[in-house]
Amino acid sequence: MLSIKNLTASINGTPVLKGINLEIKAGEIHAIMGPNGSGKSTLGKVLAGHPSYEVTGGEVLFEGKNLFDLEPDARARAGIFMGFQHPIEVPGVSNASFLRLAYNKKAEAEGREELDPLEFDDFIHEKIKLVAMKEEFLDRSLNEGFSGGEKKRNEILQMAVLEPKLAILDELDSGLDIDALRVLGEAVNNLQQPDRALLIITHFPRILETIQPQFVHVLSGGRILKSAGKELALELEDRGYDWVLEEAAAGGAR
Amino acid sequence: MSTTFNVVTSQEYKYGFVTDIEADSVAPGLNEDVIRFISAKKGEPDWLLEFRLKAYRHWLTMTEPEWAKVDYPRPDFQKIVYYSAPKAKIPKYASMDEVDPELLRTFEKLGVPINEQATLAGVAVDVVFDSVSVTTTYKEKLATVGIIFCSFSEAVREHPELIKKYLGSVVPATDNFYAALNSAVFTDGSFVFIPKGVTCPMDLSTYFRINNKDSGQFERTLIVAEEGASVSYLEGCTAPQFDTNQLHAAVVELVALDHASIKYSTVQNWYAGDKNGVGGIFNFVTKRGLCKGKASHISWTQVETGSAITWKYPSCILLGDDSVGEFYSVALTNHKQQADTGTKMIHIGRNTKSTIISKGISAGDSSNSYRGLVKVMPKAEGARNFSQCDSMLIGQTCSASTFPYIEVQNRSAKVEHEATTSKIGEEQLFYFQQRGIPTEEAISMIINGFCKDVFRELPMEFAVEATKLLSLKLEGSVG
Repeated sequence: MLSIKNLTASINGTPVLKGINLEIKAGEIHAIMGPNGSGKSTLGKVLAGHPSYEVTGGEVLFEGKNLFDLEPDARARAGIFMGFQHPIEVPGVSNASFLRLAYNKKAEAEGREELDPLEFDDFIHEKIKLVAMKEEFLDRSLNEGFSGGEKKRNEILQMAVLEPKLAILDELDSGLDIDALRVLGEAVNNLQQPDRALLIITHFPRILETIQPQFVHVLSGGRILKSAGKELALELEDRGYDWVLEEAAAGGAR
Repeated sequence: MSTTFNVVTSQEYKYGFVTDIEADSVAPGLNEDVIRFISAKKGEPDWLLEFRLKAYRHWLTMTEPEWAKVDYPRPDFQKIVYYSAPKAKIPKYASMDEVDPELLRTFEKLGVPINEQATLAGVAVDVVFDSVSVTTTYKEKLATVGIIFCSFSEAVREHPELIKKYLGSVVPATDNFYAALNSAVFTDGSFVFIPKGVTCPMDLSTYFRINNKDSGQFERTLIVAEEGASVSYLEGCTAPQFDTNQLHAAVVELVALDHASIKYSTVQNWYAGDKNGVGGIFNFVTKRGLCKGKASHISWTQVETGSAITWKYPSCILLGDDSVGEFYSVALTNHKQQADTGTKMIHIGRNTKSTIISKGISAGDSSNSYRGLVKVMPKAEGARNFSQCDSMLIGQTCSASTFPYIEVQNRSAKVEHEATTSKIGEEQLFYFQQRGIPTEEAISMIINGFCKDVFRELPMEFAVEATKLLSLKLEGSVG
């Protein structure tokens, strides 16, 4: 589904990604872990097309097509979703109307029928149950005055509405209490299907207890230093990141 | 909703052409003889000529205001033609093919019907004037309940006692530089009179007013609502308006007696000049409402998107006890546009209330200022004001300023002022894009959200059009 080859990217001329290689197939769940400032979030943003980052080399194919040929909104409609670490607040724009516009844009692109406000109302009421969101949040301005946890809940609601092929979830666990994390983690699991894939970006392994990845990658200094199965997450929980860095230094960075 | 609007606007153009009006004009320049000529031409009574002359003599002693945050070449008042009798429009183009395609594209986006596009652009169209016009029909209907809605000139002829009583009672002839100039040389405008206890059965719009398309440069509007009367008045339209007169200095006066209510809505889209600011309209307007009676209510709603220079402060004098003044404004500037706009709320009566909601949007190299005065006089026991002034910046080279002036002379008064500045930035747009929403639609949605509190004060079809207009004005501003 997603094939990243030797990807390099920089921000304001400073290299942040220094040669990333990663293959994600349909049905897989991957976790990218690493210390703060390692470039984990950058990878997500580059894939989603954030304008601050410049791709300086390498190639990314999404379903066989060059991802960088697409504008960020076209990537989204093609099925790439990013759950933001810090979702932005937009005063005056109701959450429901934002969700409906996003839904209809994707429906339009896929040649499906768009939903009018009443149809969407029925649709969204089913979706909010998945993330245990209170109805009142639909009428409120997009993320305005939401707590950190409510914002994350809203991100997963958007994921449930858009049903992306590839969801990149950036630090989903930050700002969430244990119960909310479990609810959202389960919601994400429910959305996962054999034709979809997940890329979980996280600093703490805790979230991986609910959303269990088959592959765990440690990213540091703009490179993937180690890739293994989900047992790596447990090891990182016990031992932290330093040993991976030391091991990589001893073996010579790839 | 949009369809209703189109029907209304096409009606205007269907009936908006008048032929066979004798044409004559006076040489450029301004002196007492010119004013006497205007007054004589219009067959005005002596008291009105005196009103004009008094204004003119005072105007001579005044200097152009300098305090507004706008920069423009000072008009040469001796080069303006102050009287040119309405004459048949001479078409600028023989066919639509000659019209600037960019302009036609704009009309199309606004959903302006094709024959209206033609008239707006100045293309010759065969229009048959129908004597049983929509205007006449409505006028007759309104007349049955005693409502007067006519051109200012007609009002001077038909209802001199009302004009004499109310003209200059809110904006005195000597009020300010441009109001004084207008008082001296105004040529036409609108007059509305709603008698005691009558609720006007429809929104009154300049669309329905005949023979008045060219009165633009020094327009005079007077609206009087007697005890318990109420009216909603709409001015302007969303389609771009062109005019050969660069300077516009209108005066609008509203008078509300006991328990009367006047709602005045404007959508202004005068030509703003090209991207370098060349050729736009200078709009220097004095708009003021007097809440003369007890529990009277005046509400201004404006959507200002056009003009090269906008200098405009629709205000309320809250004289009657328990009277209410409101000001809802969206001012959008782009490219080289400059707007200095806001309001004045003067609390004189007891328990008077005012609300100010101002939304300024600046893009391009434009400058957008809110300037507002809230003044509570010593006897305004229990006066209350709430002001909210929000600015939104788009891009790096525009500017937004807020100049709130608050003068409180009564201890029991409560005045609140809130202000915010936000920016449509990369992060916000990226968020929308990441959800599959293209940039232009994202901007439109964000701007709409920002202006919601003002748009909901507009009549429904106006609000829909205003929304489209703002998006169109901002096209290409970001990203």
